[in-house]
Amino acid sequence: MTDRDSQMAGLRPVKAVVIGASAGGVEALLTIFAGLKPGYRLPIIVVLHLPDERRSQLAEVFARRVALPVREAQDKQPIVPGTLYFAAPGYHVSVEHDLSLSLSQEEPVHYSRPAIDYLFESAADVYQQRLAAILLTGANQDGARGLSQVKQSGGLTIIQDPDEAQVATMPRAALELFQPDCILPLSGIGRLLVELEHIECY
Amino acid sequence: MQRNTDIELRLLIEAIYLKYSYDFRDYSGASIKRRVNHALRQFDCNTISALQERILHDPSAFMQLLQFLTIPVSEMFRDPEHFLAIRQEVVPILKTYPSLKIWIAGCSTGEEVYSMAILLREEGLLDRTIIYATDINPRSLEKAKQGIFSLENIRAYTHNYQKAGGQRSFADYYTAAYDYAIFDKSLRENVTFADHSLATDSVFSETNLISCRNVLIYFNKDLQNRAFGLFHESLCHRGFLMLGSKETLDFSDYSKQFTPVLKQERIYRKL
Repeated sequence: MTDRDSQMAGLRPVKAVVIGASAGGVEALLTIFAGLKPGYRLPIIVVLHLPDERRSQLAEVFARRVALPVREAQDKQPIVPGTLYFAAPGYHVSVEHDLSLSLSQEEPVHYSRPAIDYLFESAADVYQQRLAAILLTGANQDGARGLSQVKQSGGLTIIQDPDEAQVATMPRAALELFQPDCILPLSGIGRLLVELEHIECY
Repeated sequence: MQRNTDIELRLLIEAIYLKYSYDFRDYSGASIKRRVNHALRQFDCNTISALQERILHDPSAFMQLLQFLTIPVSEMFRDPEHFLAIRQEVVPILKTYPSLKIWIAGCSTGEEVYSMAILLREEGLLDRTIIYATDINPRSLEKAKQGIFSLENIRAYTHNYQKAGGQRSFADYYTAAYDYAIFDKSLRENVTFADHSLATDSVFSETNLISCRNVLIYFNKDLQNRAFGLFHESLCHRGFLMLGSKETLDFSDYSKQFTPVLKQERIYRKL
């Protein structure tokens, strides 16, 4: 059995993917999205910490380099399969039970708004075991607690290999809380995204 | 089978409605759940049921909980480009009206109210304007009425004010005392602060302009539609509606009944 097969063997179908990243995140995200083809069917929702600029160019930057339609999350926006959503700067983003996105200006978590924990916890509550959550490079603790909630709800939890991460604080914080399902380099996470779509069933 | 916490949360919200007439039943689920969980720790309750018992039998505990359920996050001239757009695109039209009624819905602790009042004064409109500033949280309204804000925020507000096209020195509008900035009370001479719920109350006046920013994000679609309905009913023909920078009418039942004037700045007019 190849390394890849063993990583993919335990996969189960999911309805959505959530991703959190901080320092070094833009590069990491571009790497894992590089293999996605037009027509990819899973929705992907991303919280990426950025300096507090009011008008983020993130969606535009990624739209030019990713095969999926890219949107900045708007309040009450329905989650459309095959779309990549970025949290807007200054707002937490949550998944609602009617599969729409909600924004909020509650207190920052770990000095961050948007917070990865908010996205992960709300998505875990809605999708339960039908969720994959990925925590990438970053210089703070945000996302660790949310990822452990995903695990508790039966979802698939993935962290970037801390040895490879540009800043390892974030994936290590998750490791201190619990043992995620997969610890992968970016190349493996990119392949996993493709594989998750192959086995998903709508 | 529903999870216990989901059952308990629904019961708590129902109890609050039955006992205190505050209606959180159509608030955004994710956010209300998070805030109740946060309150559990502060109230030292192990379950939502325990919290429910506390607030049912102790009105002062409910008033404390209300502070967790509402989000008093605001700043003066928040999103300065929004206020600049009002100044440049909306004020010239407002100047053609002999008198103005403005409704600031969900005014929280008053930052939006004072920002609007300052802008209107600089444009020579404040004297012929009545502002209705409403909120469901009596403590927030009380703070708004006082117009006293922490001095540590003033630097950021000043920066916003300047970016929003402010014409004077921001310090002209307040007196600094200890750690506070006390805003000029003439700014609120024509302001009526009132308790009003977008979830349970009806329209109280015809208005020319409604500003409701970062309030609707805490509502689900049904309650958003109710609020948009109230705004539509209150606004005069071609009246203005201002929303928060990530809020939109696009996903509501009222998208066809308003037209964006400046979509990016979330300024709409009633059709």
